[in-house]
Amino acid sequence: MFMKPIKIIKLDTSINFLSKTKLFVSLSFFFVIASIFLLFSRGLNFGIDFNGGTLIEVQKISGNAEVSEMRARLGQLDIGNIQLQEFGKKTDLLIRVEQLTDKEGDQQAIITKISEVVGIDYEIRRIEVVGPKVSAELIKKGIIAVISAVISVLIYIWFRFEWQFGIGAIFALVHDIVITIGVFSLLQLEFNLSIIAALLTIVGYSLNDTVVIYDRIREELRKYKKMPIMDLINQALNLTLSRTLMTSITTLLALLSLYLFGGEVIKGFTFAMIWGVLIGTYSSIFIASPVLIGLNIKRDWSKNDAE
Amino acid sequence: MLYFSKFKSISILLICLLGIIFALPNLLSQNTLNGLPKIIPHKQINLGLDLRGGSHLLVEVQSSVRASERMDDLYDEIRMELRRNKISLSDIAQSNNQIKITLSDDGFKGDLIDIIESLSQNVRGQLGSGQLANELEIIEQIDGSILVSMTEEALNDLLRRSVDQSIEIIRRRIDELGTKEPTIQRQGNSRILIQVPGLDDPKRLKDLLGTTAKMTFHLIDPFYDGGNVSRSSMQLKHANNESTYVVERRSIIGGENLVDAQPGFDSQTNQPIVNFRFDGQGSRKFGKITTDNVGKLFAIVLDNEVISAPIINEPILGGSGMISGSFTVQEANDLAILLRAGALPAPLIILEERTVGPGLGADSIKSGQIASVLGLVLVLIYMFVSYGRFGIYSNISLLINLSLIVAILSILQATLTLPGIAGIILTIGMAVDANVLIFERIREEVSNKKSVINAIDNGYKRARTTILDANITTFIAAIILFQLGSGPIKGFSITLAIGIITSVFTAFTLTRFLVALWIKRSNPKEINI
Repeated sequence: MFMKPIKIIKLDTSINFLSKTKLFVSLSFFFVIASIFLLFSRGLNFGIDFNGGTLIEVQKISGNAEVSEMRARLGQLDIGNIQLQEFGKKTDLLIRVEQLTDKEGDQQAIITKISEVVGIDYEIRRIEVVGPKVSAELIKKGIIAVISAVISVLIYIWFRFEWQFGIGAIFALVHDIVITIGVFSLLQLEFNLSIIAALLTIVGYSLNDTVVIYDRIREELRKYKKMPIMDLINQALNLTLSRTLMTSITTLLALLSLYLFGGEVIKGFTFAMIWGVLIGTYSSIFIASPVLIGLNIKRDWSKNDAE
Repeated sequence: MLYFSKFKSISILLICLLGIIFALPNLLSQNTLNGLPKIIPHKQINLGLDLRGGSHLLVEVQSSVRASERMDDLYDEIRMELRRNKISLSDIAQSNNQIKITLSDDGFKGDLIDIIESLSQNVRGQLGSGQLANELEIIEQIDGSILVSMTEEALNDLLRRSVDQSIEIIRRRIDELGTKEPTIQRQGNSRILIQVPGLDDPKRLKDLLGTTAKMTFHLIDPFYDGGNVSRSSMQLKHANNESTYVVERRSIIGGENLVDAQPGFDSQTNQPIVNFRFDGQGSRKFGKITTDNVGKLFAIVLDNEVISAPIINEPILGGSGMISGSFTVQEANDLAILLRAGALPAPLIILEERTVGPGLGADSIKSGQIASVLGLVLVLIYMFVSYGRFGIYSNISLLINLSLIVAILSILQATLTLPGIAGIILTIGMAVDANVLIFERIREEVSNKKSVINAIDNGYKRARTTILDANITTFIAAIILFQLGSGPIKGFSITLAIGIITSVFTAFTLTRFLVALWIKRSNPKEINI
């Protein structure tokens, strides 16, 4: 009745993941440094959530929208720096107006002005305004959220495993977060509140992956008390490889359909998540695991069983 | 791990069944639902503003305006009291919400302090202490002058009252718009969060909130000769044209005496107007003043702008009148709403706005549906291809898992946002993880030549801690995300958190139950996984 299941990874697969440790670790190190450099030189393209300002999404009622014609229209208004872009469809435009002053409530006048010149042949689909107070609070909240997520999972891992595992997981997490932010800086993609949500989900996902591998390493440690640590970790990585890939692929399948068909509004979020799944999978194999070797993990797990 | 007691089997199936029953209303239209008997659940998922369209506004109550108004009043009162008690002033000045008083004769300082203390009102003290505190703080300075300012408690009390009253007024105004289920909540000390779903004209809502709607009637200053404006008068602009008026600072009557306001049309010019009616006290006051001032002009002032300055042709004794101010029909309508609902105690400033039109909301729902169905189908196919029979069991679990998520969201009446849909889709991808972990373990055990039952048993046992550890970490991230919680993101974290719980639940109960059932029935000699 059933065909034979297709296996991407044979059970006797034995890839020596750790043989290239030096290469991958230095590569990752390079990317982390490059990301930090980018962050300071190029900066992030902060959306209105963090910078304050006004965002208006409009749709041409009939025919295609024209960026240049719209730019001319808005140019007469004298409302400061305006960014204009096509948004997903040929009929849709996104208008972004920078926060000019520190005065709250200023933005409402801008909206009125824009609606007057745009309203004739465009439908206003979305208005978002974030004033200076709220944007400053959102920055603070975002940073606190990411840091407290990292710290609380660190505590959990420390509690469930050993401190070396906690350090390894943190290395992988910081690696994932920093490089993801680096990619957003490199491509100058809009960085907003939903990207913070994506970062936290990446934290969850990457850790999920790392924990599964760590669990297996711990189990192998109990089973093989004499096996060299390199071989042992390699074996654990190979044994979990099929699962690692399966879960990454199903998650990517779901995310990909969201990216392609889920609409323009959450595209940035989905992009960050897809990137996060890829880098989270990479880091749990090539970063989180080798770190354990350097940290000299406990070999005798017969006592103090965490289970 | 493969034995299920009768009780356990029934509970598992019952939970799955309940999941389906509670998820079902979401597939039906509201009309069909209303036709169904009461015993069937009716609750549907609550759609967020980004999906059904609507406005989210975070406003701040500018209570400092009221503090300075109070200081203005106090300034006048102190001067009046001093004059009444024949104490002569050397200087009185008001700045930064402080009044500085210097007397000509320091001997009367005690009397001055008595006067100020008598003007000081009692305010609520520290929150929860139940004690009363002084409104005014009096500081004697070295140079002999006296500084009067409001105490911390008074300012806090003023803020608290302003926010309470604002919430009440906002609710009345929004109710007049006829929208369903608005949410109006206090946020922190000075802020109010307003969420109004399904609004056709968000600008109208903002106009209604942006107007304090403090209406007062003033006599036009009869002594003004075009020169300097005297201290007892003030110069105001007309709301619709460039003309200015000099009116007496003291109002003859205010909006607080209004009992009704309705839009209408002027019987002669057919222009839109607002008819209003005063309460008994207001009627008497208004009657007396109009009797005394026939032939003179008075100004109807709304938020420091003159909207109309008619001449008093005859005494108005009935307590009702009309405002004609070259309004459009909607303007007259809105002014009537504002006057009926009452004035805001202090101006509101919009700190944050997120408005989604109904068109975009509908589009987002549609794309969310397409993406979820496609993602689901891809994952179902992939799982079947990878694990054969076991893939099917896992797929059944995944479908039940989804209906459990939908059911829980419906029961909790949690809000589903666009990021929330993303959370569900992400859960589809990640939910299979628990089953993947188990199946991979079983696969390993099979290759180690274990018997079928042993292989499955060990597979479940060994994968258990890993699954718990892995999911608890993601769950922690979801909880922190919830704390960060701005609207849509909260929606994402809720679906993610619920998805984690349901997927672990279905992996350990339903999938395992299906596998056990198969083993019991066909007692297979080998498994293909």
